[in-house]
Amino acid sequence: MTHPKLDRSFEKGASLGRDAWLRLRKNRLAVASMVVLIAMFALCFIVAGWFPDPNAQNLTNKFASPSAGHWFGTDHLGRDLLSRVLFGGQVSLLVGLVATAVALTIGIVYGSISGYASTRIDDFMMRAVDILYAIPFLVLVILLKVVIAGEMDVLSARMTTDWGWDADFVGRFANIVPLFLAIGALGWLTLARITRAQVQDIRRREFVEAAVSLGLGRLRILFRHIIPNTLGTAIVYTTLTMPGFIMFEATLSYLGLGIEAPNSSWGILIKEGANYMETQPRLLVIPALFFSITLFALNFLGDGLRDALDPKASKD
Amino acid sequence: MPLLSVEDLRVSFHTRNGIVRAVDGVSFTVERGQTVGIVGESGSGKSVTCYSLLGLIPKPPGRIEGGRAIFDGTDLLQLSDPQLNTVRGRRIGMIFQDPMTSLNPYLRISAQLVEPLILHEGLSRAAALDRAIAEMAAVGIPRPADRIHAYPHEFSGGMRQRVMIAMALITRPEILIADEPTTALDVTIQRQVLDLIKARQAELGTAVIFITHDLAVVSEVCDQVNVMYAGRFVERAPVNELFTSPLHAYTRALQASIPALQTKGEDLYTISGRPPDLSRPIPGCAFAPRCETETRDQCLTDRRPELVEKSPNHWVQDCPGCLGPLRGNPQS
Amino acid sequence: MLPFLTKRLFQGLIVLFALFTITFFLAKAMPGEPFTTEKNVSESIKENMRKKFGLDQPVLKQYGRRLANFATGDFGISPRKNRPVLEIIAQSFPASLVLGLGGLVVAVGIGIPMGIVSAIRRNGWIDHGAMAFAMIGICVPAFVIGPLLQSGVAMRLDFLKVAGWDQPIDILLPAITLGLGTAAYLARLTRSGMLEILSQDFIRTARAKGVPTGQIIVRHALRGGLLPSVAFLGPAFAYLISGSFVVETLFQVPGMGQHFVNAAIDRDEFLLLGVVMFYGFLIVVMNLAADVVQALLNPRVRLSETAAAD
Repeated sequence: MTHPKLDRSFEKGASLGRDAWLRLRKNRLAVASMVVLIAMFALCFIVAGWFPDPNAQNLTNKFASPSAGHWFGTDHLGRDLLSRVLFGGQVSLLVGLVATAVALTIGIVYGSISGYASTRIDDFMMRAVDILYAIPFLVLVILLKVVIAGEMDVLSARMTTDWGWDADFVGRFANIVPLFLAIGALGWLTLARITRAQVQDIRRREFVEAAVSLGLGRLRILFRHIIPNTLGTAIVYTTLTMPGFIMFEATLSYLGLGIEAPNSSWGILIKEGANYMETQPRLLVIPALFFSITLFALNFLGDGLRDALDPKASKD
Repeated sequence: MPLLSVEDLRVSFHTRNGIVRAVDGVSFTVERGQTVGIVGESGSGKSVTCYSLLGLIPKPPGRIEGGRAIFDGTDLLQLSDPQLNTVRGRRIGMIFQDPMTSLNPYLRISAQLVEPLILHEGLSRAAALDRAIAEMAAVGIPRPADRIHAYPHEFSGGMRQRVMIAMALITRPEILIADEPTTALDVTIQRQVLDLIKARQAELGTAVIFITHDLAVVSEVCDQVNVMYAGRFVERAPVNELFTSPLHAYTRALQASIPALQTKGEDLYTISGRPPDLSRPIPGCAFAPRCETETRDQCLTDRRPELVEKSPNHWVQDCPGCLGPLRGNPQS
Repeated sequence: MLPFLTKRLFQGLIVLFALFTITFFLAKAMPGEPFTTEKNVSESIKENMRKKFGLDQPVLKQYGRRLANFATGDFGISPRKNRPVLEIIAQSFPASLVLGLGGLVVAVGIGIPMGIVSAIRRNGWIDHGAMAFAMIGICVPAFVIGPLLQSGVAMRLDFLKVAGWDQPIDILLPAITLGLGTAAYLARLTRSGMLEILSQDFIRTARAKGVPTGQIIVRHALRGGLLPSVAFLGPAFAYLISGSFVVETLFQVPGMGQHFVNAAIDRDEFLLLGVVMFYGFLIVVMNLAADVVQALLNPRVRLSETAAAD
């Protein structure tokens, strides 16, 4: 029996993407999440520029309550909290974006090859993923970060001396990048599994057989015909991983293993705030709110995208 | 008094895309031991009709908007779920289209077969198991005493449908609802399953509501046939009458598209177009856009056609457009 | 069943071997060595230390020797702590195990019932409430929940301490902090698993047979619906009992979590390799346990896997 509901999408003749967009637009939670995310990005990357230096200390104005000059008040070193939250957001959001981009690239390529290769290669590649799963993620990221940071020191020395880049900028750069890379380089495991399953499904479909019968090369088929069809799932998965990465950076920074001063991130702000939670709960609650709202929005958007792209899987 | 009398049943689905009127005023009766067929394309509402009788449509989005279904003096549509559970699987059994997915893959056949007996007849497990083995034998499963402890995936599709039939009839229900029971099976198996249903029906005196999209199957098993289109019945007649003198354009088109009834070498007749979108109100004749009669321009546009009794026991929708001769088709 | 188990056991050994290799060479690739951060250590003492721990030998030779040691259960001695690695693990693991079991009780006790009820009452207020809770559990990290519990609960209730690990009651808050995220994830997983099963044809068959709703859930849906959660619980359990650095630090639990992080920071490759291999061992065992439970729940897997292994 066909469900009467499913017949309609056919009749409109809308393309899959357009159809998904229409469904997404009807999901109020997802639309609200999108607005929140755009606003959050705009706040942290554009509006933040108009606020005072997040590292400017003023020890005569410690723990100031919210006022016209400092909307969220100041912290234990008299720094403007709002400004720190917005600049800290830059790092947190960047971690999400960069690490996700790295993970997405590796995961899709690895998963596609595994799904498209012979059974033997596929078995081997998936066993390798199993093994990486068995390593505690935290330990692996710390190790990898330390290793990359070692290489990074050489590079940053060259940047400042040979290329004449600004030392302060290079310092911040050298502190952040290894963490991004380490998280991204290890965050692709689940995506690889998902992509592989997708590819195995797609390669059996008619249009791939048509491409094979036209005599197209295997790589061409893989990159032109198969990978584009896995992107939908990848996008959904991305919005659901990004919060994980942001959370992970926050955890590392909270532990003092991630971002170092003068950089800051929401994780660091939460850690600093936790020290004063009894007397100045605002210092913990405000960064935690920004952090959680962003994660909420990403998760809700991901759920909405999944429902929109795969109406069969939607459970409502 | 008929065993089951359905009057003006209306069922709709309230979806994000609007209200879909899946069943829109359907009436029919089932006599003791009789086989009533409901024929129609997928999406015509034939399955929803039967599911709603037993409260099996998902609510929400499904909703029964009106009508009555009188079974042994009680209106099934008014019963609560626990009350329905004294009817379902006890007095009305049901088998489904896909035997591969209709049995629980996590439970042994034995556990699934004895369930109705333990629930409805209060039998002990041992006694129920004996009855279940006998029922397996009755539907033609070899070595039932061993096979009953297997899991569904160890059975072939045909054998699973036999299990489904055994499970539906194990409590000797008065009505068996068969929802496209042969559609998912191989052609050779289809015949065996049809014969089995007929044989069991003859032995037990069960009435059968037979849902199918295949007019050829209807001709073999049914006494009375209802042709359904877009949530309504367009024609109702005893099976012979329907095949010898179909009245409605849709019935004739369905008949014309049975491959076995066509002259060899000719192109297979197909009905052009698609069924209408049921989420939009249909003011007149629902079949008008696909109607291929010479009088198609007379199809009703201002009111929905109603069933009228053209000859004794032969009912058809009173749309003048759909009752005219088919264009260029010698069969009508 | 037996061929299936031996095959999985063999795969587990390969995983452990690869895990050892990767961790070993990553640790070797780290700049510095276990002694560099110690103050005022002369070069000759360092030389002696290297000799003592075999660090003066070629890397491949070290690798072979350490691998052989691990295979016989010899985890070596931590140069930083100057104690056998196994002794360090044996001393800290019990606290992590107890805390992890507590976390597991929280996770399973909250997550699975919540997921089941949400699936049954889909789109009702219980469902929305439970999923909102799950979202909070996923989006609010342990290092926020922990301090909030400390200031919001522990400071108001006499019988609860803000931090410490002396009485049985001390397990409560850290176990909640540890288990809440897993509970949230489990709730979502269980819900979608149950919804998947409840939409299957065989559930409709059961309803058509007149099976009451409660029995449909318990007898017909639960087995299949919990499969994803069971698969997830294997590695999740290994993660929970191997000690969370954040939770153990927050509540001052003398568990194993600290060693993962400190060993990496201190360049203590002996301790690092020890705890990582211990964790890997737990993962392999728990995955195996999850496989067995899944096979018991799902007759199709049970038979096809056995057939494949034959």
